[in-house]
Amino acid sequence: MNNWANFTKGFIKENPVFVLLLGMCPTLGTTTSAINGAGMGLATAFVLIMSNLVISSVKNFIPDKVRIPAFIVIIASFVTIVDLLMNAYLPALHEQLGLFIPLIVVNCIVLGRAESFASKNGVWASIVDGLGMGLGFTFALVLLGGAREILGSGSIFNYKFIGDNDGMLVFILAPGAFIALGYIIAIINKFKKA
Amino acid sequence: MEYFVIVIGAIFVNNILLAKFLGVCPFLGVSNKISTSVGMTGAVIFVMTIATIVTWLIYNYLLVPLDIKYLRTISFILVIAALVQMVEIILKKVSPSLYQALGVFLPLITTNCAVLGVALLVIDNDMNLMQSSVFAVANGVGFGLALIIFAGLREHLDLMNVPKGMKGIPAALVTAGILAMAFMGFTGMV
Amino acid sequence: MAKKLESTFINMVIVLTIVSLVAAYSLASVFNITKEPIAKAALNKKLQAIEQVIAPKDLKTNKVLPTAIDYDNDPFKDMYKLPAYDGLDTLEIYPAKKGDKVVAYAVKSMTMMGFSGLIEVMVGFKTDGTIITYSVLKHAETPGLGTKMATWFNNEAKPARCVDGKNPKTTKMAVSKDGGDIDAITAATISSRAFLDAIDRAYKTLEKGGKYE
Repeated sequence: MNNWANFTKGFIKENPVFVLLLGMCPTLGTTTSAINGAGMGLATAFVLIMSNLVISSVKNFIPDKVRIPAFIVIIASFVTIVDLLMNAYLPALHEQLGLFIPLIVVNCIVLGRAESFASKNGVWASIVDGLGMGLGFTFALVLLGGAREILGSGSIFNYKFIGDNDGMLVFILAPGAFIALGYIIAIINKFKKA
Repeated sequence: MEYFVIVIGAIFVNNILLAKFLGVCPFLGVSNKISTSVGMTGAVIFVMTIATIVTWLIYNYLLVPLDIKYLRTISFILVIAALVQMVEIILKKVSPSLYQALGVFLPLITTNCAVLGVALLVIDNDMNLMQSSVFAVANGVGFGLALIIFAGLREHLDLMNVPKGMKGIPAALVTAGILAMAFMGFTGMV
Repeated sequence: MAKKLESTFINMVIVLTIVSLVAAYSLASVFNITKEPIAKAALNKKLQAIEQVIAPKDLKTNKVLPTAIDYDNDPFKDMYKLPAYDGLDTLEIYPAKKGDKVVAYAVKSMTMMGFSGLIEVMVGFKTDGTIITYSVLKHAETPGLGTKMATWFNNEAKPARCVDGKNPKTTKMAVSKDGGDIDAITAATISSRAFLDAIDRAYKTLEKGGKYE
């Protein structure tokens, strides 16, 4: 697979959220606004790229039977690094994302790509795969976060455009996450079939 | 009395699935039949409770005294992965029939955000060991409750006339949203 | 493609040990680098919470408001606790001083009467008991209803509901329904009651401690 196809598949054809339906928990839990979605997406992308890089570099030195524990340690290390860095340099975002930052380690996307791609491909291809999937994930989160923010708070990227009024609050609450994601996937399904 | 509040809170008011969004992947994948949902629930309650107790002990008696709290994420996920492996092996030996029923769900539980999530929540909320165990069991029950209700709804949904684009996951998600709204009605109960 | 390392027992143990050691080392290093910024960020957050109620700023222009009190100490360092006037708990008091003289107080008050239980409020008082302003720290009230308390009670354009600048000695901190002088949030009486209870407790606790001039 050439590099460009490798990179773009994460956006549309194999978008982790809308097509592969992976990583649902952070998708629903951190998209109360476009910025939160972007922050979460980029943090996950960082972990994805770094762990793909390391795993594809050392894949030949890890005996097959212990590859899952080894992958987990590598991924968890990068998650902890992201957690510490965000706590130090982006404390407001760190507080907003809260519990979901350490939960990146159980994000099916990260372990999934490590197992199905990075452990079988070269370093450069794995980096590109991580970048594509990570940015595709971010794209999905910003899309959902933006939709929920516009409908729920009447603002986009924290710029409020409906004055002092309230938006349709349900969208920034739990039910709204499910409903908004459901409709977005339905719309995408329509375009896929058309 | 406070245990009553913890239990009601975990099952209804702050339902792990419908209010906190933890455990959604298996939620969408397993909940199309009530029988599989019951199996998943049993496995989750079991692993969640033991995992919470073990990780609580490790955090409070190992990580905190040595001031290596930042190793929390790594140690917790390794404990959960190891625990799931162990449970699988023990279950195979001790109760083959139970293993048949639950076996296929066990590996899925390792990446279930709900298990790691609950383990982290008891630390963040400064609970003691007894409270944490009660909280873990209650959350497992809450997870099961949402899962089984949802499976019932989905079994019905499969028989209905749904527009083509909404068939499958989108309809399930919107239904989950409405179920979440229903659970929101429990706010103020505690 | 190079051949993968065999899954012999000794190989597995060595590889896992190396991976764990490298991971532990990298994490310890990152931890040491970020330890200070993290502590600083946490402290900053606490100082901000106090500053917001003693020397509030206009959010848009970032300029200090005319109601702000000037202080030069670290209220966080000088924190002490007072038993609440109703004896239910102890409240944290952060005195703001200029030189040696106390010029204002920030009180971290709370109430359990909220619709969903606990509400924590930071209130700023002048030394004569007049409220400077407040900041809601923690709550679990209903979004769109109780959550309005963050901006309802400090709206200077609507004096009937504004607590800023009022002194609980002369203005009763309760909703009009209960014979008080403050207008409750529409359709959120319980949250409003709880909020005013937190403010009232803060005032009365300082009064009992003899902190007013």
